[in-house]
Amino acid sequence: MVHETLAATNAVVTLDVALPDIFWGWYVTMNMWAKSIGTGLIFMLFLLMKKNASEMEGLRTSTLIVSFVFMNIFLLFTWLDLHQMWRMWHIFFYPHWTSAITVGAWMATLFVGLEFLMIVVMLLRNNTAAFDKLLFWVTLLAIPVTLYTAGIMAEATARELWQMPTESAQMILAATLSGSAAMILIGGSKLSDETRTFFGSVLGLSALMAFIIYMSEYIFGAMKAEEVAAILEYVKGHGEYATMFWIGQWVAYILPMLLVALSRVKNSTAMLNLAAILAIAGLWVVKHVWLVIPQLLPLS
Amino acid sequence: MQLGFLVDLHLCMGCKGCEIACKVENEVPLSTWRLRVKYVDVGTFPETKRTFTPLRCNHCENAPCERICPVSALHYLENGIVNIDKERCIGCAGCVMACPYGAIYIDPQTQTADKCTYCAHRIASSMMPACVVACPVQANIFGDLDDPTSNISKYIQTHQGDVQVRKPEKGTNPHHYYTGGGNVTLNPLASRREEGHNLFNDITKLPLGGHH
Repeated sequence: MVHETLAATNAVVTLDVALPDIFWGWYVTMNMWAKSIGTGLIFMLFLLMKKNASEMEGLRTSTLIVSFVFMNIFLLFTWLDLHQMWRMWHIFFYPHWTSAITVGAWMATLFVGLEFLMIVVMLLRNNTAAFDKLLFWVTLLAIPVTLYTAGIMAEATARELWQMPTESAQMILAATLSGSAAMILIGGSKLSDETRTFFGSVLGLSALMAFIIYMSEYIFGAMKAEEVAAILEYVKGHGEYATMFWIGQWVAYILPMLLVALSRVKNSTAMLNLAAILAIAGLWVVKHVWLVIPQLLPLS
Repeated sequence: MQLGFLVDLHLCMGCKGCEIACKVENEVPLSTWRLRVKYVDVGTFPETKRTFTPLRCNHCENAPCERICPVSALHYLENGIVNIDKERCIGCAGCVMACPYGAIYIDPQTQTADKCTYCAHRIASSMMPACVVACPVQANIFGDLDDPTSNISKYIQTHQGDVQVRKPEKGTNPHHYYTGGGNVTLNPLASRREEGHNLFNDITKLPLGGHH
């Protein structure tokens, strides 16, 4: 392990030139967070259609507009993060298909286009049948749109902490967590108690699963690779991101889980709403810590 | 043809001539580097020694930067060089995140990715890379790995067992080799980095290479 090597060699870097460390900062966090809400709402709308279509009334357009807004926030921050943002069109005219960035950009564009079409269908024609048919295909597309960021992180070979199977799971769980939370808030009194409880269960289970994965990484990740061990030092003990990491875990996962359970016991809508707000806010923190810490590891 | 690079760390004396030659040849802006020489001090006084490791793009056969680039700005040349088209680059920094060797940076002037190209423009004119020419002790050996009569091939043949690449576990198959290297020279995690205790100055993190 690293610390044994250090003790044996007593080696110290005495000259290395300055290199900027954080390249993907909070713009990318915004990107992932907004996309989770945008696609998550589509998953929840689809679940609502399958569970109790009668409760879709009045929620089709409002939910889709909120999803559309968040998808556009995601696209905006993706664009702003480019150092040469006016060359964005190169992705469409010089696409390189081995890159998850390219595939994601194309799929996200198609996804937002279909969402726009569905909003038009509802606002101009009020055609719920066409809307529901399109919703099926948009939900299918939402899966790879959610997952492609995990593909990018997997292709970021230098960042050992980001592994494809776990990041895929975390991306989907982030979507179901934030999507169910947003649906609880948007649905409000339009949702029956039974449906609200259902979305509360989705929220609580998503938080539990995501928390288990993070804790698994936290406890066992360091045993697998010295790079992961070095990165996790930033969130362990008195590491640089320890406070932020645990704030994220508590706000995004632990408190929402407890509040969901309490809301069921006490039949409290207010507690469920609070759980939803905390989950959405905490998700940003969780995503940001995990995005930034691997970039602090020296590669030279 | 498969061009490759080998640095004999037994010979390197840390003069940084290669670093400066690269800067001048490629007009690399202040605060950024295509080629860097890292110093690592090993041991406890009075039993100490200083090691020098020139670091540059490894021109991997399985290059993560080429794979993650969404617009093919990073691409292979026929001679195996991983080249970059700065007019094509959109500055997404995917390559920066993908390169396990920290060899890619965002040029603060053009706001595009940049890195060592083995001086591809000089190679096209049958010249050696600038760092090879500048090295006073011929620690840099450059040539065609496919040609058994080239200097680099002969060097690899005569130094078998002592030829290493950085981070082989990444599976990138670098075309950049070292002889006389060891854990502390090639593995960034095998040495400490103490803030404020550096040879010439502090390791300062400049807010460059990004716009936020």
